[in-house]
Amino acid sequence: MSDIPMSTMEPGTRPSLPPPVTETGIIGWMRHNLFATWFDALLTVLAMVLVYLIVPPFVNWTIVAATWVFPPDVITGTRTAQFSDCSANAGACWIFVRARLPQFFYGFYPADERWRVDIVLIMLAVSIYGLLSERVKNKKVVGWFFFAAFPILAFWLLLGGLGLQPVPTRLWGGFMLTVVISSVGIVFSLPLGILLALGRRSRLPVVHMICVIFIEFARGVPLISILFMANVLLPLFLPQGVSLDILLRILIGVTLFAAAYMAEVVRGGLQALPKGQYEGAMALGLGYWQVTRFIIMPQALRIAIPGIVNNFISLTQDTTLVAIVGLYDFLNIVRAGSRDSKWIGTEMEGYVFCALIYFICCFAMSRYSMYLERKLHTGHKKR
Amino acid sequence: MTAQAAAKGNAEMQVGTDVMLELSGVNKWYGQFHVLKDINLTVYRGERIVVCGPSGSGKSTMIRCINRLEEHQRGKISVEGVELTHDLKNIETVRREVGMVFQHFNLFPHLTVIENLTLAPIWVRKMPKKEAEEVAMHYLQRVQIPEQAQKYPGQLSGGQQQRVAIARSLCMNPKVMLFDEPTSALDPEMIKEVLEVMIELARSGMTMLCVTHEMGFARTVANRVIFMDRGEIIEQNTPEEFFSHPKSERTKLFLSQILHH
Repeated sequence: MSDIPMSTMEPGTRPSLPPPVTETGIIGWMRHNLFATWFDALLTVLAMVLVYLIVPPFVNWTIVAATWVFPPDVITGTRTAQFSDCSANAGACWIFVRARLPQFFYGFYPADERWRVDIVLIMLAVSIYGLLSERVKNKKVVGWFFFAAFPILAFWLLLGGLGLQPVPTRLWGGFMLTVVISSVGIVFSLPLGILLALGRRSRLPVVHMICVIFIEFARGVPLISILFMANVLLPLFLPQGVSLDILLRILIGVTLFAAAYMAEVVRGGLQALPKGQYEGAMALGLGYWQVTRFIIMPQALRIAIPGIVNNFISLTQDTTLVAIVGLYDFLNIVRAGSRDSKWIGTEMEGYVFCALIYFICCFAMSRYSMYLERKLHTGHKKR
Repeated sequence: MTAQAAAKGNAEMQVGTDVMLELSGVNKWYGQFHVLKDINLTVYRGERIVVCGPSGSGKSTMIRCINRLEEHQRGKISVEGVELTHDLKNIETVRREVGMVFQHFNLFPHLTVIENLTLAPIWVRKMPKKEAEEVAMHYLQRVQIPEQAQKYPGQLSGGQQQRVAIARSLCMNPKVMLFDEPTSALDPEMIKEVLEVMIELARSGMTMLCVTHEMGFARTVANRVIFMDRGEIIEQNTPEEFFSHPKSERTKLFLSQILHH
């Protein structure tokens, strides 16, 4: 068919032909993306050189020349491991991470009580899976458990009391503390942020003013200064004899701070909605809260997903700032570990390990948000 | 259809004697701009009124005042005796009884067609879900797209979307339907399918107030045509009188512009 010239055919009878080979397949792809112009080709070559200079040494340090296993006398338990056990290899000293892993994970939580942390984290993971996975159908039950029962259960297990040995929050630390601060921040800042965003757009002047002042104040102040204030200033305002736990103060500070940013992201979503959506809904006789709940919020939040998840991610990373008021979150405890006299010289290992864990958590959130965006997209694609 | 036949057909459709809508001395300003100037209009049950006029003449604003999407500053608007004031209860009562179809459909893109149709009956009329779905399917059949029930609005053509929007309003069982240029955002080949639905609706006895430039539609079903310009009702008449013997110069000019192009 393709050897007959198109121009000799009758209009309306011309067949669809496959594209030329140079436009498809690996060669076509390379022509388009890597070597389209001489400048592109130059950039491609430069990038390859850069990759060659960086990747092999990094792989060598982290994997090939690294120390992965404890020496025999450590395994038999005659002595504890230390940095000099790694001196045989030029690469990373991963036995530092292995030796300190429980502390990185639980902080100073008493060893006999750590099962409580395990239960809480497992419950958290299971309910997050239940909320997010499409395979779990009964979202209402999971939602009620997660937002009503779980927080109470979790804080009872972590804090103790009522039959459990009390564990004061100053013993909390490590990865567990990071999870506590970021999940409390995430779970409370979103609804609070939604209310603030609605309040900011409210026609009631008092509500509007309060929300604007709060949002602008919280956004105009660095998180560190809010943490300092929560630590130092807040007790001054409380009546004598009432003292709030330091962690609780930090949680409140972080949540309010995150809520202000969340409010602005949600407001962006609200403003992106055409006025016709409000009008269409109101013309049907739906009231303000019904319009908000069924029509406006589902769409505004969908639009705001990238921004919301961005906030979640930066909130997770901002939790490292609690180190400044003396809490040992994940990063801080790893740092403290590598300053131990037995492990002097393992800072690099500590930071790389931290970076990896933070990356896994944040990357997972980012991927989930992309999946969610695709799933909720009902514009033109079929589900 | 000739004008006489149309007028005869139009007259055959029942017009009641009880007042459905009443606007008296309605005035509205946008800032300094006087958009509606002393609008007086009475609509009886079963009437089909077409409102036309140049853009910016206030016709959309007028019908949007009827369900309080816009607020009027002076005068009185009442729907079946319920006066529109600042009282939220009254506003919601009126909105329940007044259906509205918009130029840009304003369907909810995150809900399926059937969900678009059942939302208000379920939450405003407190109808059980199953019953609401039956009602919705009935009206989807009436606008001839029952097979699209499970799709999202974004997957439908403009004409289909507008028909869904009409069905959505009908699901609330309104006593009056307002149409705000329902065909002006549509491609030419889709205008007809929407007009057919509207004509069928008119023949069923629905009280309708349509802002439209579809003069064929006006001839076919309207029993009154209203011409507005610069915020005023300039003249109103039966379609055949309006088109063949327009009284004011402005009406003549307007008609010559839209009919001979």
